[in-house]
Amino acid sequence: MKKSLLALAALLFVIVALWQCKTRGAATSAAAGGDAQKAYVPPGKYDEFYNFVSGGFNGQVSVYGLPSGRLLKIIPVFSQFPENGYGYNEETKAMLMTSHGFVPWDDEHHISMSLTNGEQDGRWCFANANNTPRVGRIDLKTFRTTEILEIPNAGGNHSSPFITENSEYIVAGTRFSIPMDDQPDVPINTYKQNFRGTASFISIDPNDGHMKLAFQVLLPGINLDLSRSGKGPSHDWFFFSCYNSEQANTLLEVNASQKDKDFIVAINWKKAEEYAKAGKGQVKKVRYAHNTLDEKTHTATTKWENEVIMLDPKELKDFVYFMPCPKSPHGCDVNPTGEYIVGSGKLAAIIPVFSFEKMQKAIADKNFEGEYDGIPVLKYDAVLHGEVQKPGLGPLHTEFDADGNAYTSFFVSSEIVKWNVKSLQVLDRVPTYYSIGHLCVPGGDTKKPWGKYVIAYNKITKDRYLPTGPELAQSAQIYDISGDKMKLILDFPTVGEPHYANAIPAELLMKNSVKFFKLEENNHPYVAKGEGETKVTRNGNQVHVNMTAIRSHLTPDNIEGVKLGDEVYFHVTNLEQDWDIPHGFAVKGANTAEILIMPGETQTYYWKPDRVGVFPFYCTDFCSALHQEMQGYMRVSPAGANVPLKYGTGEAAPAPTESK
Amino acid sequence: MKNLLAMAAFILLAVSFQFCTQNAPADTAAADNAAATTGAGQSGVQDDESQKNVVQIAIGSKDHTTLVAAVKAAGLVDVLSNAGPFTVYAPTNAAFEKLPKGTVEELLKPENKAKLSNILEYHVSVAVYKPESFRDGQKVNQVNLKDITLGKQGDKLSVNGNANIIASIPASNGIIHVIDAVLLPPEQ
Repeated sequence: MKKSLLALAALLFVIVALWQCKTRGAATSAAAGGDAQKAYVPPGKYDEFYNFVSGGFNGQVSVYGLPSGRLLKIIPVFSQFPENGYGYNEETKAMLMTSHGFVPWDDEHHISMSLTNGEQDGRWCFANANNTPRVGRIDLKTFRTTEILEIPNAGGNHSSPFITENSEYIVAGTRFSIPMDDQPDVPINTYKQNFRGTASFISIDPNDGHMKLAFQVLLPGINLDLSRSGKGPSHDWFFFSCYNSEQANTLLEVNASQKDKDFIVAINWKKAEEYAKAGKGQVKKVRYAHNTLDEKTHTATTKWENEVIMLDPKELKDFVYFMPCPKSPHGCDVNPTGEYIVGSGKLAAIIPVFSFEKMQKAIADKNFEGEYDGIPVLKYDAVLHGEVQKPGLGPLHTEFDADGNAYTSFFVSSEIVKWNVKSLQVLDRVPTYYSIGHLCVPGGDTKKPWGKYVIAYNKITKDRYLPTGPELAQSAQIYDISGDKMKLILDFPTVGEPHYANAIPAELLMKNSVKFFKLEENNHPYVAKGEGETKVTRNGNQVHVNMTAIRSHLTPDNIEGVKLGDEVYFHVTNLEQDWDIPHGFAVKGANTAEILIMPGETQTYYWKPDRVGVFPFYCTDFCSALHQEMQGYMRVSPAGANVPLKYGTGEAAPAPTESK
Repeated sequence: MKNLLAMAAFILLAVSFQFCTQNAPADTAAADNAAATTGAGQSGVQDDESQKNVVQIAIGSKDHTTLVAAVKAAGLVDVLSNAGPFTVYAPTNAAFEKLPKGTVEELLKPENKAKLSNILEYHVSVAVYKPESFRDGQKVNQVNLKDITLGKQGDKLSVNGNANIIASIPASNGIIHVIDAVLLPPEQ
């Protein structure tokens, strides 16, 4: 009896002790200012969301898992990528072709996920190039860039590639107004007369995602900044923020901040579409590149386009209106119901929120305060739902949750502020480290926000991580927004300079993810679908090697008969039909990057030998236990040498010759 | 049998205590770390090598102790330590002394934080206005959304007609113009 009481007492004690232990743990982690557990994804477990993050000056899109912040993938879009040969191999060079020639880099700011009924459908991810105006499309089955379209009549494609509710169009709006392509040479100080902005509408084929520049809207010489399409009731409209309504062409730092208000440009794209289809636009002669990667040949081609339809709102009335918006608005975001348009005047200490219903009424009543370059300007008070007063300094961007709340980033005061869209009351604020630019709530730009987290993409890092010299990784932070108060749960470094990002539930993408390319569907002109199809052929001074790679050899791996002055094309087909077994390929001294060939794919490596000798080549991706053995030699003889073309692997390799 | 039960309970107890204590140091370390990094904004960055920002310059000036106290009271230290760029019109202690007696003390009270912020934000523009870019009569919209008017008579620069710029100091995140009068924002 005594003993059993003792045992009972001991058990009770254990329970209490364990409970205390647990509560103490919870209290400590709350005190740590981060609910780190909420960002923890155990080894072997998957993240809840894919986070597609623009890369800014690296021209790429990077993909992270949320909430762990783990980097999963880097997708090159507008920049060459030596890591996998994108833009270096013969198949993808055409992707980076423009009317300016081969442009191997760009500044990629924003992305948009394809939508159906205003909700993410997980088919494509679009990205913009700011420097040499382009838009790109990533196929979310392969996580590869499959199409790039150049935008004519544009300088600085910034307000792009924002998308309509059913992926009818993505847009491209010019940040730097320029003279149009058909009258290019004008004095810079004739900016007001000769410089124009354009808003381009690029239609998306609902079946295959192919892009087509449907029409351009001609605007005064202002700087279009960001944009969003309408939703629900505002479905037919697109909204663009603009700055520099002063139309300055020098020292914009001062001269573009003179007016109290700039504009949000509201474009009725449905009406514009009707005008374009009715042939009411002017057909302009232009030249721009349209690059498409063929899924079956794994090869990109450039098609040259020569025309664009231009719609001038000064002549074709009633489809473009200006809404005054305080102080150089940056973000221009539409809430999930489509009723409210949030302008973020980056130099203002208020956030104006516009009402779509009021805008419609003001247009019907012709409640204009005047015109700007022939385009009606609606009265500010007539379109305003209200202003968020003193929310912080330097508002930039706004995302939404499903509960009627908005999350706005503030660069100058370095914080995220949560506020209610209807009541305009500030509900919460958290500091970011440091000076946040864009922010992302999963689905926070759609009709159906997934909520849960807001991610801050900060512009300044300073002391957040171990120092790495003058250049630091950009800092991002994840906050849990499931409660009333935002809680910082994780810091994570990012690659490039993230601007806008989207997050999409993992289950929408992972089920469609391609594991390898089917060899039997490979229509590459130099494919070798088996080692029996490998060969080396000469065409003048061009030598084509149809090569195969499989664990753990290259076929052929001994090649002779190449001469100085020849250009060699290694067309390497990866014969594997197995998930995650790429092979790489490189040759000593080649003036290019490696190629990384996915199973079932063919890629081509160009090499022009610069000297006589024997050159090793090898597989650059650790593929098997005998990866180190996966190598070969090419002999290069002097020009005019009498060495016959011979090639093979193993028994088929050129026979050893007697030494003299 | 009962003995065994008691023994098992005690072992469990011992293990659980060990578990508790093993966890504790890690948790404490995490908490300390967080306290060191998440409490401060950019003003907390330890860096004695870079060019000084507008706040650091003001803090280093013995003529601006009142302004610095006001910036701290208004919670603007981190804001003005950020990337900017800012133009800060910095009234000297003597300038504050020109205000009616008791004004500064009143403004520094916690209940007047909004009023104080409004006045201080009237002294900041988000842009760099160098002396050579001043134009006489030029209106500049300040952080509190009210305009100031710049004055330029020969080499003499002024603000709102009554505050003279007595020195201009470049900073890493903008420029400071030292002024001899406090700028008072127009009423709503």
